[in-house]
Amino acid sequence: MKVMAQMAMVMNLDKCIGCHTCSVTCKQAWTNRSGMEYVWFNNVETRPGLGYPRGYQDQEKWKGGWALNGRGRLTLRAGGRLNKLLNIFSNPKMPALSDYYEPWTYDYETLLSAPAQKNFPVARPHSLISGKPINIEWSANWDDDLGGSMEHATKDLMLKGIEDKVKFEFDQTFMFYLPRICEHCLNPSCAASCPSGAIYKREEDGIVLVDQDKCRGWRMCVTGCPYKKIYFNHKTGKAEKCTFCYPRIEVGIPTVCAETCVGRLRYIGLMLYDADAVLEAASVEDDHDLYEAQRSVFLDPFDPAVMREAERAGIPGDWVDAAQRSPVYALINTYKVALPLHPEYRTMPMVWYIPPLSPVVDVIKDTGHDAEDQDNLFAAIDTLRIPIEYLANLFTAGDPAPVDAVLRRLAAMRSYMRDINLGRDPQERIPAAVGMTEEEMYDMFRLLAIAKYEDRY
Amino acid sequence: MSISEPAARRSGFDGPLADALVGTRRFFTRGDVSDDKRTLSLEGGRGGDSFYRDRWSHDKVVRSTHGVNCTGSCSWKVYVKDGIITWEAQQTDYPSAGADRPDYEPRGCPRGAAFSWYTYSPTRIRYPYVRAVLVELFREAKKAHGGDPVLAWGSIVEDPVKADRYKKARGKGGLVRSTWDEVVEIVAAAHVWTTKVHGPDRIAGFSPIPAMSPVSYASGARFLELVGAPMLSFYDWYADLPNASPQMFGDQTDVPESGDWWDAAYLIMWGSNVPLTRTPDAHWMTEARYRGQKVIAVAPDYAENVKFADEWVTLGPGTDGALAMAMGHVILKEFFVDQQVPFFTDYNKQYTDLSNLVVLVPGPDGVLRPGKYLVAGDVEGGPKSDSENAMWKPAVFDARTGELAVLGGSIGDRFGDEGLGKWNLELGDVDPVLTLFGTHDDAVEVSLPRFDAADGKVAHEPRGVPVRRLGDRLVTTVLDLLLAQYGVARDGLPGAWPTGYDDPSVPATPAWQEELTGVPAAQVERLAREWAQNAIDTDGRGMILLGAGTNHWFHSDQIYRAILLLTTITGCQGRNGGGWAHYVGQEKIRPIMGFQHMAFALDWQRPPRHMNQTAYWYVHTSQYRYDTFSADDLDAGTGIFAGKSVMDLLSQSVRLGWTPSYPTFDRSSLDLADDAAAAGMEAPAYVAQELKEGRLRFAVEDPESGTNHPRILSLWRSNLLGSSAKGNEYFLRHLLGTDSAATAVEAGPEQRPTSVEWADKALDGKLDLLLTIDFRMTSSTIFSDVVLPAATWYEKHDLSTTDMHPFIHSFNPAINPPWQTKSDWETWKAIAKKFSELAVDHLGTRKDVIAKPLWHDTPEAMATVHGEVKDWRAGECEPVPGKTMPVIAVAERDYTQIYDKMTTIGPLLEKVGMLTKGVAYDVKREVEILRGRNGVRRGGVGDGQPKVETDIQMADAMLHLAGVSNGHLATQGFEFLEKRTGTRLADLASEHEGKQITFADTQVAPVPVITSPEWSGSESGGRRYAPFTINIERHKPFHTLTGRQQFYVDHDWFLGMGEALPVYRPPLNMTHLFGEAPVGELSDKHGQSLSVSVRYLTPHNKWSIHSEYQDNLFMLSLSRGGQSVWMSNVDADKVGIKDNDWIEMVNRNGVVAARAIVSHRMPEGTVYMHHAQDRLIDVPLTERDGKRGGIHNSLTRILLKPNHIVGGYAQLSYFFNYIGPIGNNRDEVTTIRKRTAKVEY
Repeated sequence: MKVMAQMAMVMNLDKCIGCHTCSVTCKQAWTNRSGMEYVWFNNVETRPGLGYPRGYQDQEKWKGGWALNGRGRLTLRAGGRLNKLLNIFSNPKMPALSDYYEPWTYDYETLLSAPAQKNFPVARPHSLISGKPINIEWSANWDDDLGGSMEHATKDLMLKGIEDKVKFEFDQTFMFYLPRICEHCLNPSCAASCPSGAIYKREEDGIVLVDQDKCRGWRMCVTGCPYKKIYFNHKTGKAEKCTFCYPRIEVGIPTVCAETCVGRLRYIGLMLYDADAVLEAASVEDDHDLYEAQRSVFLDPFDPAVMREAERAGIPGDWVDAAQRSPVYALINTYKVALPLHPEYRTMPMVWYIPPLSPVVDVIKDTGHDAEDQDNLFAAIDTLRIPIEYLANLFTAGDPAPVDAVLRRLAAMRSYMRDINLGRDPQERIPAAVGMTEEEMYDMFRLLAIAKYEDRY
Repeated sequence: MSISEPAARRSGFDGPLADALVGTRRFFTRGDVSDDKRTLSLEGGRGGDSFYRDRWSHDKVVRSTHGVNCTGSCSWKVYVKDGIITWEAQQTDYPSAGADRPDYEPRGCPRGAAFSWYTYSPTRIRYPYVRAVLVELFREAKKAHGGDPVLAWGSIVEDPVKADRYKKARGKGGLVRSTWDEVVEIVAAAHVWTTKVHGPDRIAGFSPIPAMSPVSYASGARFLELVGAPMLSFYDWYADLPNASPQMFGDQTDVPESGDWWDAAYLIMWGSNVPLTRTPDAHWMTEARYRGQKVIAVAPDYAENVKFADEWVTLGPGTDGALAMAMGHVILKEFFVDQQVPFFTDYNKQYTDLSNLVVLVPGPDGVLRPGKYLVAGDVEGGPKSDSENAMWKPAVFDARTGELAVLGGSIGDRFGDEGLGKWNLELGDVDPVLTLFGTHDDAVEVSLPRFDAADGKVAHEPRGVPVRRLGDRLVTTVLDLLLAQYGVARDGLPGAWPTGYDDPSVPATPAWQEELTGVPAAQVERLAREWAQNAIDTDGRGMILLGAGTNHWFHSDQIYRAILLLTTITGCQGRNGGGWAHYVGQEKIRPIMGFQHMAFALDWQRPPRHMNQTAYWYVHTSQYRYDTFSADDLDAGTGIFAGKSVMDLLSQSVRLGWTPSYPTFDRSSLDLADDAAAAGMEAPAYVAQELKEGRLRFAVEDPESGTNHPRILSLWRSNLLGSSAKGNEYFLRHLLGTDSAATAVEAGPEQRPTSVEWADKALDGKLDLLLTIDFRMTSSTIFSDVVLPAATWYEKHDLSTTDMHPFIHSFNPAINPPWQTKSDWETWKAIAKKFSELAVDHLGTRKDVIAKPLWHDTPEAMATVHGEVKDWRAGECEPVPGKTMPVIAVAERDYTQIYDKMTTIGPLLEKVGMLTKGVAYDVKREVEILRGRNGVRRGGVGDGQPKVETDIQMADAMLHLAGVSNGHLATQGFEFLEKRTGTRLADLASEHEGKQITFADTQVAPVPVITSPEWSGSESGGRRYAPFTINIERHKPFHTLTGRQQFYVDHDWFLGMGEALPVYRPPLNMTHLFGEAPVGELSDKHGQSLSVSVRYLTPHNKWSIHSEYQDNLFMLSLSRGGQSVWMSNVDADKVGIKDNDWIEMVNRNGVVAARAIVSHRMPEGTVYMHHAQDRLIDVPLTERDGKRGGIHNSLTRILLKPNHIVGGYAQLSYFFNYIGPIGNNRDEVTTIRKRTAKVEY
């Protein structure tokens, strides 16, 4: 056992309002500078949709992340390091600027400086790359709120296997938001892709960084990252990425995206894991096993053996305390409501998500049925507008069972709490039905709903 | 699977060569490659990280906020490095909302997070600007007039040729940089000239929503009110004011803070898209669900909030009233007729008018109709029939005696000596009878209106009610009428009734609404039952969030009344976690009393000039001339408006003193004072006489005369022409005199007003001066004659409050105003100073005759007994100021002292005290404290008075003169009220009696407020704010006629319009009224490509707060980069439009040239142009007429609803932003088609 510490995040998508405040505060703090105009370390995608850069989840096309080869060994999907070196001067497996978007601005000054003229003045858009007038056709958030859905959302790869079920008709509409930052993976394929050794995980907290002095701009990391969360600064010629706001984390304040999240849906915490177990976990054969495999890598910070090993590994005592208090640990391991994003990429991502509930479909309301009635509770999960399969394609490599289990826990919590809210006797059988005690359910409620600042971070 | 078992396969990389290559990193780096060679860890010596550390470093963090027109009121951290603002992030230091509930941190949204971009952006206005053609004229004229700027201004604006030159150039470039000295001189000279020659009420100011920065609001407002110029309202103008609130509650609007959503057990978001419009509050909703709250979203599209709901109720736009009435039908039947629920009956007996008696009267056809409330004074020898204000005390039957009884708490007890100690909601030993059914003498048919036909015309249903006879009067209760109106049958009553819930033929069954709304009847039945049962189970913890989706309609008051019926009859109003939560445009200037007295200069003179802006622009942008309503479109066929147009009704409302009107008379108000003096008469008598004799007329009766229109408009904190100006193209034509895209034809001779002069041609270019103060270029600045550079929200001091949270916090400068920018406070001081100087030669001291409408919360509200309209013009009564016509008051204005008055607290506060919402305060002690805190003025008109020279001093004055921030005043106010109510109240504030919130306190952290009689909810002991909790818990009456929450409104005009009770009125039929193509019609008449007619809605924008931020590069980058219109893929397919295609929308009011966003989340037949997208960003020339495309309001027009201008009658009396015609904008339709011509700019 090699105990290491990892700074991690959980986002509760059930609370995400899609406001993009996180994107803007992050951009303002980190990337509103030349060379990085098109870069959003943090972005928010409407699902179903294509995301940013468009279609990044298409690993057939972009070759990001790891795959298992015929011998059950992990290989970079882009062809391994040898391939990388051979193709170092021409790497075709990278999104083009048009897949991100061509950033622009406007000739605002015209509005004040226009001479007397025939028409009211107007500010026109100009490319921030070429400086020329531009016809705006794509952005980092073009398909926000299902905009252009018939052309874009219909091509969402996460619809795989449920193409017949999702009709893109008005009365069947569903959507939710997926905020994304770098996953700060335990098994980062970006780092493994870098010929210069410029990408590293920080020893003490696992934050993945690009050494700006070392980076030679090969851009293999851009290909290697299946989440497309490494960006090329076209001015400095170096790769840049989300830093988990380490200058803030180091002084004990949360990341910008987390602290400014008005949905209060982000949790940051420390996870202890066994570094020696990572490779094996990332190499399990069945994609559906990856979720549990990654959970098994995490160490119980209350386990005396783990605490002993942590001390031996030089992890300070207050870090072990932090791991014990970690809301991320509670959500992933105690309450089991958080799931990894695309475990099938085998990078062991460390930003996890609580999947969203959604309104029930018309079949329930037409019958005059109350979906909140606890007797209908679990039947209602099957009638939620967001297909479980869609969520499974995002979070569990297509396995609906863990998603279903999470949604049941959330629904059960609401039902359990409604009795308390209405002054009725709480019913033990509700948490029991989802494998929880009343105390656990209440504690989970407090963490998810009351979610005080000091409990989120 | 278990990975602890020995793996059959050995994990590793794909081959020895790869292993070796990965391994080589060991030699290139100082870090540790993991033993399995996957990854590299690094410790220490991170030179490569320094870039981000440098980037993060900063010199200071300053607390400020955003003075934008939203209700967020979020406290922010503004980061500064090397004297430059770098970025912002939310503060997280709000005091806790409680251990067992979420907190308010963090508050903010992406728009606010993008604000600092403006500071150094190329759209920032750095210097003063004037249109070149005007400033050249001015410089020439000044030379020609011996350097007198006032005469110079006069020589330009009174010369039609010169005036035409600069007015026609408006909006078309040609702004040039000037100096502060010059622009201030121009502006001050224009004000002096206009005051001197035309009168001060030909000047106006518009600045909205004081709560977001009351000091900035007060800067111009205080100056203008001291001069005598009206301030234009905003809440009604924005169509955000729900007139149903004054109608039912006698309150402008009072809503729960978002923290109280947590207390609700059932939450309906009804036309309120919380994540989008209440972004920082939305988490309370998402979190309350986890507490077992059931959440319903009612929305015509799959809106952002639908995602969080348990159910999505999809209904046709504007049909919300039908849905609400059907829910009401189910609740009334199952919980008021089939059974009696004590929780409901007890509540309604005490807190609503359901038990009040209404007299039935025969209509013109001889059939009975609901008439007036039976009041004490009606019944000779009856209870309290001889008491003071007996005509203002409605009656009930007492179940204990079977006799009439008159409850306390009505407006009749609120004023006068006899009511002292009796104005409360105690029932005493009376048990009010809710229904006469069972004790009735008879059952009769009444004729009740319905408007659900496609053309919106009235029809009538005969429905029976139980009655009792009182002499020759037939009376019934409001509940009995309500049951009839809602079609809830009871055995033995005559009339036509629905056969059951499944009868679609008559209101208000679930099946009936299904045909109108598209919502399944079964769903409505269940929701209604759940709603009522939840109220019973939780003692009223059911809440309905309402928003612009339900409120911006022409008939929004009726939509609201139908919805408010649900929250009120079920006892949810006045509860934590219950009742209505109106979230659109509402604000809460928490220190309202201090604000009002300072902003409107009530410390120097009273009354102020306050104007409803909707009526103002209806008249002054000549939009009334395009109205083709006929009387029976308006009066439900009762004939009450026979032969009258809306303009006739408006002028009647003005002359009866119901609603304000500026300019008021066809004579300068200064000259009028001189004329009265010359005639040796007091002004009120003189004005009444002159009006009666016809020598004096109201300006509204001849709006195009050339002397009766406004001449100066100042905008600050406002983008009128890019945002709220409904009928934008009429503003451009008639107010400004520049290009316009409207093609509507004027009303024909038979449609024109009869009591108002009809000029052959409306005036174009009525304004002499449009002044805008802003920090960025907008659709208003480009049209302005003078543009002044404002300090941003990170460059000044001010206050911020909202009703969404209970804290007061502050603006503070992160940097000093850069370039030549100034705060609004400093700008208006500069104008005031120059004005005062120029006034020495031109104005001196003058007397000013002010016509003020009959005010709410004063005895003037008892002007119209029984709401029976008597018009002195028609000889039905005498013109009596303050009774049958406006109050006529006189103010003396020393125009040379305006600056000193503006910057000093005047003597009136100590002399006559302060008055807010009918509660009087003695503030001698407070003014004395302010002398110490702010310092004392030496010499001049304000000698010995406290100073308000700086923005901080003004903020401190507002805080100290308000109960919410000064516990002494709150306690004093409650003690005053206790004398009137005879109930215990002062304890609500006494826990904080010694607390005084200062500006310095708000700089440290957001500060919670004190419970005060300025508002209706109690926050004592750290409670969350919910409206009317004081009324319900402490039996303080509502400010209505009955003192109860009123379902029934018995004013003549309401009865005449068929709106005495909630009734479903569909969206206006624009085909019937104005000849627009019916929705769904395809046509090739509008250009090269096929167009489809669609319902045109302008909801709030995700990427802006009104027009603010829509030009912000971050927001444009996250959205579509310019004006866009959302439409259904079904409609798009019909006319060949694809996502991101350029489209053109055309109706009679104007043209929009934008791009389409096509999505299946939009319903067929409706497009959304998210509102306030300026015409400045990537808007091409239109295909139709080759001119710049319009804004969202280029397709709308002002339409006045007559019962919004009723006044002089209890809660229907006027107050600023309290009641009035709304600038509704939801009922419009347009054609939309794909643009075929090349896109040109």
